[in-house]
Amino acid sequence: MSRLKPTREGYVEGLLEAGRRNSGVVVVEGDVSRSIGSAAFGEEFPDRFFNLGASEQDMMAEAAGLALAGYVPFVSTYAVFMAGRAWEQARTGVCYMNLDVRIGGAHGGISVGPDGATHQALEDIAVMRVLPNMKVLVPADSNQTRAAVLASLDMDGPVYIRFGRNPVPQVYPVDSPVVPGKGNLLAEGGDITLVACGSMVAEALDASKILAGKGIRAGVMDMVSVKPLDEELLLNQASLTGAVLVAEDHQVTGGLFGAVAEVLVSRLPVKAAAVAVMDRFGTSGPPEVVRKMYDLTSSAIVEKAERLLLRER
Amino acid sequence: MDVAGMKENARRVRLDVLEMIRAAGSGHPGGSFSAVEILVHLYWNVMRIRPGDPEWDGRDRFILSKGHACPALYSVLARRGFFDPGELLTLRKPGSRLQGHPSMRDLPGLDASTGSLGQGLSIACGIALGLRLGRSGSRVYCLLGDGELQEGNVWEGAMTASHYGLAHLTAIVDRNRVQLDGAVSGVMEIEPLVDKWLAFGWDVVVADGHSFPSLEKAFEHCMDTDFPSVIIAETVKGKGVSFMENTHLWHGRCPDDGEYEKAVAELLGGER
Repeated sequence: MSRLKPTREGYVEGLLEAGRRNSGVVVVEGDVSRSIGSAAFGEEFPDRFFNLGASEQDMMAEAAGLALAGYVPFVSTYAVFMAGRAWEQARTGVCYMNLDVRIGGAHGGISVGPDGATHQALEDIAVMRVLPNMKVLVPADSNQTRAAVLASLDMDGPVYIRFGRNPVPQVYPVDSPVVPGKGNLLAEGGDITLVACGSMVAEALDASKILAGKGIRAGVMDMVSVKPLDEELLLNQASLTGAVLVAEDHQVTGGLFGAVAEVLVSRLPVKAAAVAVMDRFGTSGPPEVVRKMYDLTSSAIVEKAERLLLRER
Repeated sequence: MDVAGMKENARRVRLDVLEMIRAAGSGHPGGSFSAVEILVHLYWNVMRIRPGDPEWDGRDRFILSKGHACPALYSVLARRGFFDPGELLTLRKPGSRLQGHPSMRDLPGLDASTGSLGQGLSIACGIALGLRLGRSGSRVYCLLGDGELQEGNVWEGAMTASHYGLAHLTAIVDRNRVQLDGAVSGVMEIEPLVDKWLAFGWDVVVADGHSFPSLEKAFEHCMDTDFPSVIIAETVKGKGVSFMENTHLWHGRCPDDGEYEKAVAELLGGER
């Protein structure tokens, strides 16, 4: 792993590259383009950049209109508002028509830190995942976020891409592929399978090393494509280990754990648990401190993995 | 087309709507009838369209933001040649392309799927932004209900249209003064309406929404302005059938046998 970098930087790098590759790419922003960094797109492509102010419902529906006019809009603001405030516009305005709208959810997770509960998107994966036609990508680092943005150019229909504000370790080299419906097995392990997305992938890799020191072989799977989910990889690993621990910077309900549990319960009921936010709101504080308070760390994964392995079922 | 011909089209559309809703067993006659002349005028006299080539790039776009008035739009599209009028009676039935609210992926001639109030104007703005970016000469029209103007999303879109100077966008408000629960003024007042649109930077023109000459004048005005334009079309909810007029009771109700016969007789009967 190399230096720390926020995934939002990867999002912006991806936008700029997408804009250069495809003249149909347009960006719809909501008064946070300086915060996300997407203002850079507006500087390079002023005609293709629309800052609509603080109006998430309008932004989402305008993006639908731009897609209807033949463009590929990337509409982004903080995930809590993009996925939450504009949810029904995403549902009926975008997904129902299966439009090529790319939705960027910035500041995902509790890792936003000091801004506190109002700005920490902990439900966005859940509410985006339930929409028909929607794909949900939760990249682990800035390289993968850039790759997700570029990969979305070749996908049909709406795509939600969740990224964060807090610097995270690089897990992937530049240009690692992001394929909808494909997870990445980052570490093999016969005792337990750690399934993670977003900023929790690096934590899971750390946890895997710590567990190895304790004689526990923990495999690590990056589920960058939360929807469609790589069921085959999940079931292969689950049948190998018989224990699945999901780690995500999101509510424990409805997100990656929900997606994984839905597959396991219907096809291969194995022991499973989650390291996630336990059905409560976040709080202000430095990201690292808040992550510790809410048990979103490698040590929390280690502890829960050990407990899960002791559990009967 | 001359006014007599347009009136005949409007009568045909109202009869279709009545028959469709009757066959479906549900639907929205009140807000469909108030919009008939607006839709007939748009599709016969204003919009550049090719019914045989519904996705023609150079077409003008129309967004029915008040999607519940779709029986009237379906009738207009069928009578204009987008699909066989024989299909109209499948409205709201399983497998039908004529969904309870417009679904563009099902039916040719629709420029967006609508029905969730408040979204249509923003979608229309987005299309208008895209058309301008692509240097298209097409115009965009969007029909809103007056009760719909209570949705905050409408005014976000209104700001965007004005901020980006979308002069090729025209909204029409079907000002029938009645919504599902009762009079708009009693449920949630939206006046002063002209001042509101003016304050949002729009060019505003008021028209009689059931008079073709008045609509013609209003739409001509909108062709020649530097701002997004809105036509406040004064209409009558349930227009054309005496017992459906000016009441919320026919917002979303299907006529029984007796009511149906009486309504058809009135529509066939005269000028009104």
